[in-house]
Amino acid sequence: MNLPSAIIRRHGWVFSLFVLLALLLVATWVIQPRYGADGIGSLARAALPFAFAAAAQAPPVIAGGVDLSIASLMALTSVTAARLMEGASDEASVLIVAFVLILGLALGALNGLLIVITRVPDIVVTLAMLFVWEGAALLVLNAPGGAAAGWLKALVVGTVGFPGVPATISDWIPKALVLALVCIGVIWIPLIRSRLGLSIYAIGSNSLAALRSGVAVDLTRIAAYGLAGLFSAMGGVVLTASTGIGAPIPGPYLLASVAAVVLGGVALGGGRGGMVGPLVAVFILRLVRSDLTLLSVDPNVATIVEGTIMVIVVMLGALFAMRARAA
Amino acid sequence: MSQVTYTALTAPLGGRVRRFMRDHPLVPLAILLIVLIFVLQMLRPGIINERWLANTIKFAIPLAILAGCQTLTMLTGGIDLSVGVVATMSAFIMVTQITIHHPVIAVAAALLPPLLIGAANGIGVGVFRVHPLIMTLGTSLIGTGILQVYQRTVIATGSAIPSFLAWLGTGLTHSVPNALALFVPLTALIIFMLRGTGFGRLLYAVGDNEQATRISGVLYWQVILALYVVSGLLAGVTGLLYVGLIKVPSLSLAVPLLLPSVAAAVIGGTSIFGGRGGFAGTILGTLILTVLTTLLTVLQLPEGFRRILFGLIVLAVTAAYTRITRET
Repeated sequence: MNLPSAIIRRHGWVFSLFVLLALLLVATWVIQPRYGADGIGSLARAALPFAFAAAAQAPPVIAGGVDLSIASLMALTSVTAARLMEGASDEASVLIVAFVLILGLALGALNGLLIVITRVPDIVVTLAMLFVWEGAALLVLNAPGGAAAGWLKALVVGTVGFPGVPATISDWIPKALVLALVCIGVIWIPLIRSRLGLSIYAIGSNSLAALRSGVAVDLTRIAAYGLAGLFSAMGGVVLTASTGIGAPIPGPYLLASVAAVVLGGVALGGGRGGMVGPLVAVFILRLVRSDLTLLSVDPNVATIVEGTIMVIVVMLGALFAMRARAA
Repeated sequence: MSQVTYTALTAPLGGRVRRFMRDHPLVPLAILLIVLIFVLQMLRPGIINERWLANTIKFAIPLAILAGCQTLTMLTGGIDLSVGVVATMSAFIMVTQITIHHPVIAVAAALLPPLLIGAANGIGVGVFRVHPLIMTLGTSLIGTGILQVYQRTVIATGSAIPSFLAWLGTGLTHSVPNALALFVPLTALIIFMLRGTGFGRLLYAVGDNEQATRISGVLYWQVILALYVVSGLLAGVTGLLYVGLIKVPSLSLAVPLLLPSVAAAVIGGTSIFGGRGGFAGTILGTLILTVLTTLLTVLQLPEGFRRILFGLIVLAVTAAYTRITRET
């Protein structure tokens, strides 16, 4: 058995997602031969908040829970950033971004703490906190407003020039994509190699067994929700950066994050999956949408198609899982 | 000395109270409801009258039926997140079809999508074993799209609220809401179904131990399919009732009821993991939420504060209730 086939076998689901993404890109070029670097750039910008929402949903789901408060927390952090940045200098805005990220981490950890203390199911606690964050966002900003620092706005548009890489290639690398990969990678890659990362998977696959093997189950759960809060806050800052304002009404990110995580191969119930799958799934879902727009399909029909694809893919995934268990 | 007798007397009493609450889980909920009404009366003396009572009941009934959908699905360890969209679909189709068709045909047309979406949910969850959260989320996305496409085919026909739905939704007979004429038999039916029929017992059994139920020869997928079809139809009926109450059809009519319906079922003591709960608790949970909403409105707090308080109170009630009724 050579190495590539071993990798494909182990990460079969993620691999097929990459194949699906490639097929979709080819389909996009067939539909619209002029689809090029600009198209990729706008796709990456549109996908950016969804990518962070999916990244936020992944740790709690892997840990065996679910976080329904992600979209509301994104709205809260987005309006907080926008309101504080109004009239602030560039130097101050760096501190504001740092503050908002820490705020997100703390509020996410609070979700986890409440779950651990009250012993109420995750889904119920985060459902209740959804209302709390939503209300807090309305108190911070009653209507869309605020501002974003110039450097922050520049962070999500355009392309990245790497030294030594010709412009013909770097034109194809949108800043938004690099931003998402760097921000998520910097936190996630060291984490899953650490003891904490292993613990998150352990409590997700069997929390009693994890407890008996000496894993601090409660602390790990709090950490998983703290991560969700941190990624949500990144999503909130990115929302403010790409729109230039903060809006207190949560966007469609909750449902999209759950869809991307499941499509990305993270099993609801916990213990399985990673971060690559959900991120690829985000791009697949966004690309399907822009393909349908290119085909000048009515956006409402596009919603139907999106829902149908999600249902069919998940059904097929469940079917394969059943076959695998039976075999 | 007196201190000692004091503790010696109260300790078993506390234990007795706890045991009583655990055996009768509806009692603490009823007490909470009465306390909330009492607080409301103190904040705004004279608010509690026949008109207030009728209004509270009118607005609680649609929420209670949707919470019933959540209760039934939660008993098997599932959840139905498509009820908001399904209720909106049936309401919107009803008010647009009534302008060109006979009421019977309009009602049939309105209840067809709930039936189909319920069946799709049931097949996905029961046959393909998709997680209910994902399955019902996907179908609600599809439903939203279908509704938006449908809306543009009926722009020319206009809409009308049929008089029988307005009568059912808002009408009063001797200051008793007419909606009770639908709700009371429906409640009796649901409670009878849960307690008196084999189907009801299967729902509890599946939620309690799916593996064991399967091994004892129960066809899991048939139970789940029937369950989600019932849930879809209940949501469809709620849509008809709700549009008669609100009287302004829109594409997001019943969607805001979705999360409160989950909260009402949970407050009512139904376990989200399955196997435990019932519809009577859910009705109390719905009344608590409805009175709580009135209370927060009466306090005239900013909208943001109201949502924060709503969330915190839902969490506190659920946590307290879990603590009281936990089997130790």
